[in-house]
Amino acid sequence: MTDTAMASDLLEEEEKKSLLSREFGFWVYLMTDAIIFALLFATYVVLSKNSAAGPTSKDVFDLRHTAGETALLLISSLTFGMATIAMARGLSGRVIMWLVVTALLGVGFLAMEMMEFHGMIAKGAGPDVSGFLSAFFTLVGTHGLHVTFGTLGILVMIVQIPLKGLTPPVRSRLLRLGLFWHFLDIVWIGIFSVVYLPGVM
Amino acid sequence: MLGRLTMDALPFYSWVAMGGAGVTVLGGIAVFLLITYLRAWKVLWTDWLTSVDHKKIGIMYVVLSLVMLVRGFVDALMMRAQQAVSLNSEGYLPPEHFEQIFSSHGTIMIFFVAMPFLTGLINIVVPQQIGARDVAFPFLNSVSLWLTASGAGLVLVSLVVGKFSQAGWTGYPPYSGIEYSPGVGVDYWLWALITSGVGSTLAGINFIVTIFKNRCPGMSFMRMPMFTWTALCASILIAFAFPGLTVVAGQLVLDRTLGFHFFTNGDGGNMMMFANLLWIWGHPEVYILILPAFGIYSEVVATFSRKRLFGYTSLVYATACIALLSFTVWLHHFFTMGSSSNVNAIFGIATMIIAVPTGVKIFDWLFTLYRGRIEFHPAMVFTIGFMVTFVIGGVTGVLLALPPADYLMHNSTFLVAHFHNMLIPGALFGYFAGLNYWFPKAFGFKLDVKWGMRSFWFWFIGFYLAFMPLYVLGFMGMSRRMEHYADPTWQPYLIVAALGALCVLCGIVCIAVQLYVSAKKWGSARDITGDPWNGRTLEWATSSPPAAYNFAVLPQVEDIDAFHDMKIQGVAYKVPDHYEDIVMPKSSWLGPILGGLAFVLGFAMVWYIWWLAALCLVLSLVCVGIRSFDDECDYILPADEVERIEKARLEQITPADLHDMRDFLPVGPASGEILPGRA
Repeated sequence: MTDTAMASDLLEEEEKKSLLSREFGFWVYLMTDAIIFALLFATYVVLSKNSAAGPTSKDVFDLRHTAGETALLLISSLTFGMATIAMARGLSGRVIMWLVVTALLGVGFLAMEMMEFHGMIAKGAGPDVSGFLSAFFTLVGTHGLHVTFGTLGILVMIVQIPLKGLTPPVRSRLLRLGLFWHFLDIVWIGIFSVVYLPGVM
Repeated sequence: MLGRLTMDALPFYSWVAMGGAGVTVLGGIAVFLLITYLRAWKVLWTDWLTSVDHKKIGIMYVVLSLVMLVRGFVDALMMRAQQAVSLNSEGYLPPEHFEQIFSSHGTIMIFFVAMPFLTGLINIVVPQQIGARDVAFPFLNSVSLWLTASGAGLVLVSLVVGKFSQAGWTGYPPYSGIEYSPGVGVDYWLWALITSGVGSTLAGINFIVTIFKNRCPGMSFMRMPMFTWTALCASILIAFAFPGLTVVAGQLVLDRTLGFHFFTNGDGGNMMMFANLLWIWGHPEVYILILPAFGIYSEVVATFSRKRLFGYTSLVYATACIALLSFTVWLHHFFTMGSSSNVNAIFGIATMIIAVPTGVKIFDWLFTLYRGRIEFHPAMVFTIGFMVTFVIGGVTGVLLALPPADYLMHNSTFLVAHFHNMLIPGALFGYFAGLNYWFPKAFGFKLDVKWGMRSFWFWFIGFYLAFMPLYVLGFMGMSRRMEHYADPTWQPYLIVAALGALCVLCGIVCIAVQLYVSAKKWGSARDITGDPWNGRTLEWATSSPPAAYNFAVLPQVEDIDAFHDMKIQGVAYKVPDHYEDIVMPKSSWLGPILGGLAFVLGFAMVWYIWWLAALCLVLSLVCVGIRSFDDECDYILPADEVERIEKARLEQITPADLHDMRDFLPVGPASGEILPGRA
């Protein structure tokens, strides 16, 4: 074997080790993020009845709208899963296609959330009205911010895959982005069952 | 265009404030001129600021910490001076200035002295202790450093542009809310906490992964050195606790900046939630600061007693217990808030239970000393000083853990004395011990012993003089944070405390002199073998300072005290059959750039310069994006280069430099001959 070939073998081996560390590290990061959400949930539960003569949860939540958001986000998790399956089979064209669908669903979710927020603020139910609304906007908004970053990540991957191909680092990145995306789905299910459902019941 | 930033932000309103700003600005200019004079900008940028080498990052953390120690200590001196003279008078500091000083003192000492000091030591030592070539994520390590530095920068800038928080280092609302603190002070405090807190979280994740994934062959969990164990537990605490700080600080930012109602007096806010959220981070934080120091004491006490650490397993379990229990006691910081007596009782009992594993540790260290051949190196005297002093702090802590007693003593100087009694001997003495112990590893020469001992005695005596009077004053009813007072019986104690602070000042000066003297005569104190103290753990197997890759060949570990065992077996310093290519991470300019962007982002948010904040956020995202495209962040150090470096090192070592390991082998009592079997 030539020197350069040996060197690239060594780099590859080191890269493999480093990618495994990154995947483990990403789980640890998700745990820290889970704590952020846990505390925002706790804050919301403490403040959810403090509507301070302003609108209550019954006045501002529309379960049908939330159902639409939930559908978009859950389907986007499914389509991301499809992208992962396509990646496992090495079909980069199909990966990109599914990622585009996922990003569109993500943008759709964000658009619906913006509509909801905008409608609430227009009705005089902005985050500066009461403790309840502050906690609501912060929890749901933080989730939305995460979805925004996730969507940006998907766009970066849509650019990277044609440029670099499905190399091990690209695969690892996509895997971690998938973890992030599914994690946000789980958080949303928490939001749906802790914020919206009890809010209208 | 510039938000609420106007010329009024400059400190022309008071001589003391102008003095502080002047010293800060002149200090900055002096450093700038010095670097320019030495023509060191290029070297500084390429070899240090952009470096992702864990040893260099560690050194930069410790340098940051020592600089901020001076800044935080000036605050302490000013407070002690004020209280020594302000009997029935205003003293020399107006109330609003005094409030800024005690707020910045606490903030700086916790976030910008203790945190970077311990992160720096972990960075320098842990990868070497586990036989690794670097941390798991070298680039992330650089980002963490620069986020911490940008937080420190925000605190320093608040001296010159605007004011710092007056709401204490814990910043309880409603006082820290926009209604009662409309200025920029609390915002500086919040953004400094958020940027450095994110940096700490990332550092914690990095160390967890490093310790889990990068251990060398044979280094099982129960063979890890004690310092690595405490670093692991502290890192897990960081990863669990620091997100809480981000949340609570973020919520207060929203309250202040966008008129949210998390902690406001009316409109459905709940200010008690702030105390809960803050201390859910804050109590684990105490153990984040103290556990690594416990690890340092464990290493130092074994090395300088020439014995294996007594009760290694119990120390590991005690550390893990403390880490776990640290999440169950946060409410003892606000017993008087009015929770039910049952809730207070549960948290009081949990608090007392923590004393048990801590007591286990003290006994383990004492038994390590027992019948050891103790060498009174400065690192060792700091350790012994800690053991004596820390027990007093622990006892007063158990006293405060009783809710009825706490009702009498909360918010008094007794509390101030108690937590300084935990953090100065518990954490800071440990870091100083670590500084004296690992300095040769980082720089290749030993620190001067004489000045080290002087610094210890000044710190030790200064500590007692400064804080024992505060215990007494607490019993006499003196509240903390008093700008002036009317009770003449307090003044003698406060004067003694001020003398104590002067004594500690001498201790700090001694450390500076120690660094200067040692650097000046470094040639005579060089550490040629890399093992100046006859150490027991793997970091002493590398050269001092270590090569960029630490270990040319990854070590094979067969014992808890791996390097000690290698020396006994005679396999230390052995020339390997052949060397191999080593993969090393490339430096990156993105770390300091991201730190700089975080600094400007924080500054823009403090002054409501929205366009600048948005710009920084976008640029940060672009930086992260650029990094995500870089798949060639490693390079190869060829084997013959490694061989050259290693040969040069091993050639310097003569048999006379090596430690005589026969002392550690069992000797026949009658024959005096060395008996078979391991030590």
